[in-house]
Amino acid sequence: MASTGAVTFWRSAGMTYNAYSNICAAIVRNCLKEPYKSEAVTRETVHFTTTNWENGIQGKPVTHEIFK
Amino acid sequence: MYRQAAARLLRPSSASLLRNCASIRWFSAEPVVEANVDEAFVESWKKVAPNLDPPKTPLSFMEPRPPTPSAIPGKLTVNFVLPYRSEIANKEVDMVIIPATNGQMGVLPGHVTTIAELKPGLLSVHQDTEVTKYFVSGGFAFIHANSVTDIVAVEAVPIDQIDLELVQKGMAESTQKLNAATTDLEKAEAQIGVDVHNALNVVITGQ
Repeated sequence: MASTGAVTFWRSAGMTYNAYSNICAAIVRNCLKEPYKSEAVTRETVHFTTTNWENGIQGKPVTHEIFK
Repeated sequence: MYRQAAARLLRPSSASLLRNCASIRWFSAEPVVEANVDEAFVESWKKVAPNLDPPKTPLSFMEPRPPTPSAIPGKLTVNFVLPYRSEIANKEVDMVIIPATNGQMGVLPGHVTTIAELKPGLLSVHQDTEVTKYFVSGGFAFIHANSVTDIVAVEAVPIDQIDLELVQKGMAESTQKLNAATTDLEKAEAQIGVDVHNALNVVITGQ
């Protein structure tokens, strides 16, 4: 076990394996040829809505659409 | 009688019950196939509530580990899955070369049980004379004792779907980011970019 052994550079920079893995996948998707790249965009796009609350009052909902 | 009807329908047939019984040792040189039923739990349940059927524990829903065959099988069974699709399902192949973190690893039938973390690189599946190549962004490979190999990847593409120009452009951008990076996190991200683009480049141009 690498409890005292070499730590990966991303782990020592504070990144989790999940984040590292997703960054790698995003990079690969960015390098695809055209029809496959748009398929990847439609497949991986995430939609979500965030709403800021302040002093108990609901603000305006903001919809995000992210492909990463 | 009808109270137990549902339980009887769900209960496995007597043949598989027999197989699951801990006292049967199929290949006695190998580790015992674990029983599905938690004996200690059932015993203590019966003491407390003798008239009720003991509920099933999570252990009873698990499949017992398949026995290791005594002779090395002739072919490797590969399962290659992505989060959104199953790329290869139960295919019998001769060899798989996986991009493990400590180098390209060739997996043949009868390979020792291994869990390997994958780095961005080339995965090739060899069947007779045909070789199917994928670029894998990362994931894990589980090689079981019965020559079943499960490969899970976050993103995997056949190498002819990769655009060389975009790779080179991305490489240039990442190198620039690496030089301009200030915080540790930025440096790590840029370094990841450089590594992955490098791997992509090697895979495309090295063919």
